[in-house]
Amino acid sequence: MTQDRILMAHGSGGLMSQRLIDEVFKQAWQNEIMEPMLDGAILQMPAGRLAMSTDSFVITPLFFPGGDIGKLSICGTVNDLLACGATPLYLSTAFIIEEGLPIAELRLIAESMAKTAREVGVKLVTGDTKVVEKGSCDGVFINTTGIGIIPEGIDYRPPRIQPGDKVIVTGYVGDHGLAILAQREGLTFSTPVVSDCAALYQLEEMVAKYGDAIKCMRDPTRGGLATVLNEIAVQAGIGIRVKEAAIPVAPAVKGACDMLGMDPLYMANEGKMVMFVAAAAARDLLFDLHQLSPTANAAIIGQVDAGPSGLVLIETELGAERILGILEGEHVPRIC
Amino acid sequence: MCLGVPAKVVEKRANDTARVDVNGNQTEINIRLTPEVEPGQYVLVHAGFAMEIIDESIALETMRYLEEMLQYEQ
Amino acid sequence: MSNDVKDYQQQLLQAIQSFNGSASLMEVCGTHTMAIAKSGIRGLLPPNIKLLSGPGCPVCVTSQGDIDAVILMVQQKDLILVTFGDMMRVPGTYSSLQEERSQGADIRVAYSPLDALRVARENPQKEVVFLGIGFETTTPTIAITLEQAVKEGLKNFSVFSLHKVVPPALELIFSDTDIKVDGLICPGHVSAVIGVKPYEILTDKYKKPCVITGFETQDILEGIYMLLQQLKKDEARVEIQYGRVVKPEGNPIARQTMERVFKPAAARWRGLGMIPASGLELREEYAGMDTRLKFGIPEIEELPIKGCACGEVLTGKISPPDCALFGRACTPLKPVGPCMVSHEGSCAAFYRYTPVKGRG
Repeated sequence: MTQDRILMAHGSGGLMSQRLIDEVFKQAWQNEIMEPMLDGAILQMPAGRLAMSTDSFVITPLFFPGGDIGKLSICGTVNDLLACGATPLYLSTAFIIEEGLPIAELRLIAESMAKTAREVGVKLVTGDTKVVEKGSCDGVFINTTGIGIIPEGIDYRPPRIQPGDKVIVTGYVGDHGLAILAQREGLTFSTPVVSDCAALYQLEEMVAKYGDAIKCMRDPTRGGLATVLNEIAVQAGIGIRVKEAAIPVAPAVKGACDMLGMDPLYMANEGKMVMFVAAAAARDLLFDLHQLSPTANAAIIGQVDAGPSGLVLIETELGAERILGILEGEHVPRIC
Repeated sequence: MCLGVPAKVVEKRANDTARVDVNGNQTEINIRLTPEVEPGQYVLVHAGFAMEIIDESIALETMRYLEEMLQYEQ
Repeated sequence: MSNDVKDYQQQLLQAIQSFNGSASLMEVCGTHTMAIAKSGIRGLLPPNIKLLSGPGCPVCVTSQGDIDAVILMVQQKDLILVTFGDMMRVPGTYSSLQEERSQGADIRVAYSPLDALRVARENPQKEVVFLGIGFETTTPTIAITLEQAVKEGLKNFSVFSLHKVVPPALELIFSDTDIKVDGLICPGHVSAVIGVKPYEILTDKYKKPCVITGFETQDILEGIYMLLQQLKKDEARVEIQYGRVVKPEGNPIARQTMERVFKPAAARWRGLGMIPASGLELREEYAGMDTRLKFGIPEIEELPIKGCACGEVLTGKISPPDCALFGRACTPLKPVGPCMVSHEGSCAAFYRYTPVKGRG
């Protein structure tokens, strides 16, 4: 290709579209399923229940410390499938590209997606590209839809959660949200905070080992840990009690959040899981999580109670209890 | 309007600015309100400005003083 | 936290809990409201000790008329408004800055007023207005920003001053016999600027103890304990708990900077009405950077909101759940008055952090 930027013609379905697909995407993502370049992917599925998840990624900036929109688009959907207890197998990807985007950036994104998919063990099998006029999107929007197989006997959902179950979070919270904010707002932090963007495929081992001792998992993305806990408390009709001191927050994240008046418990995470586990298995599961690098800082942060139903309470350093509510409106830097 | 966070002064710069460190995050702030601050000292940062130099020794003194009062009450 | 420190905090708590007699202690700082709510201390206090929230949230006490004037300005004029995040959701009579942004107004959130200068430098063809909200902690930073703007000869920058000062509001509260306040938890960072002197009228004339307190849980415990000790001994002095940051003389440089740029003016406080010399407007030398003058911003009359008892909450006369709208028509998601909108308004803090029995 001779152009160095995306043009409307790249989206018109003709020669330039083909070249774009061949030279950017196919190059990065060679696999036997995509190779025939049919309208859809023909997949051989093992028997059993399928999990399917879709997510769209509109993040700005496209490249940030710890990742990029491509890596994120793979990790996000993979984590959603893992949360269902599924083994992720195949992903589709759809791109909406802004006219004028440097093709070099698109290449980097495609390569990043290929690399991430390889690491995780999923195949990118089908896709679509569209080009929109300048100003109609922020560089590129990506949708990924994934399917995976749920092993026999695995049933992860909120109604399975019982009073007495423990709540585990697999590591430091708030990193991704802060990394993005710092980058986007041009905050002059030469900050060591890096997005935690990662696909937690190692959790497949935990699913295999602990089976139904795990009741439910969810990844705390937008809205952060607090929001996910509240969602689950409502869906499961249970109460959750956590201890502030037990929630892992990196000191650098806490410091930056303090400065901005933001709360790490409401900031997005892209490489973490919240897990509800039977009390008897919690200690062992925690030990196993600590042996894996992405979950080395996992912690038991609290437990499930019968009530107050739908409410999340947090114990402060004084030993008092207060409500840990859901995120309302936008989370913005404050001065008060 | 009081959100303030302690930051360690790393380096003083031209134009009344200083580089500070908040738990590993480094940022630039304005030190017009605390011109006498020196690297190594801690300042209270609010809205991008150093408002005061922090003297931790006084916090310890207060704690000692109140501990005595508490003992006396018992 | 070390066990020694934990023990110490528990001892303070126990001493507070075993206080004989009743005490109503007021704080006048939104950050204190939040810190107290977040620490959960209210739930641990016996019924004879009450913590009241006074008019310390500069967002809460901004009159609705002023908010309407800002909104009207962004609707009518083609400019860039730069504001602290706290103001985005505050409802005017018909709209909010957040609403206006979704309708296409160029409104940007800043962490520091210096960010607004950067916006002005980067957009020389556009007028940039900084929404100046805050008490004495924040005002010096805006004063420095204005001096810098003059130094750089920026022609497209101005400040819409809604700044206020705390002491006149305190006098009003303490002189009101309807409000029963036994002691004042003085705002730590405002005091870092103003020092102890402005509180002496409260100790000398109204005989109420004042303790300048910090914002960590331990600070609040120490501050409350010190106030109760004074009450026990029938004393009325100004004490500094937050000595690591606050000096008795305050920060003279900060005060001088404010005085160079701003002068006192009457200001309307939501819930308290017009208080003389409680607001700050730009001095004549800065007329060219005064948004109100530059754009001919009209004064807008404040329309009272039916049922909203923010005024009484702000003066500590009632507690948030006593307001008929609390938790029903007025929640953080659909707030009626600023006490619920502002992240650190009394009602928002109460609603968010107090377990079920506090909710409507």
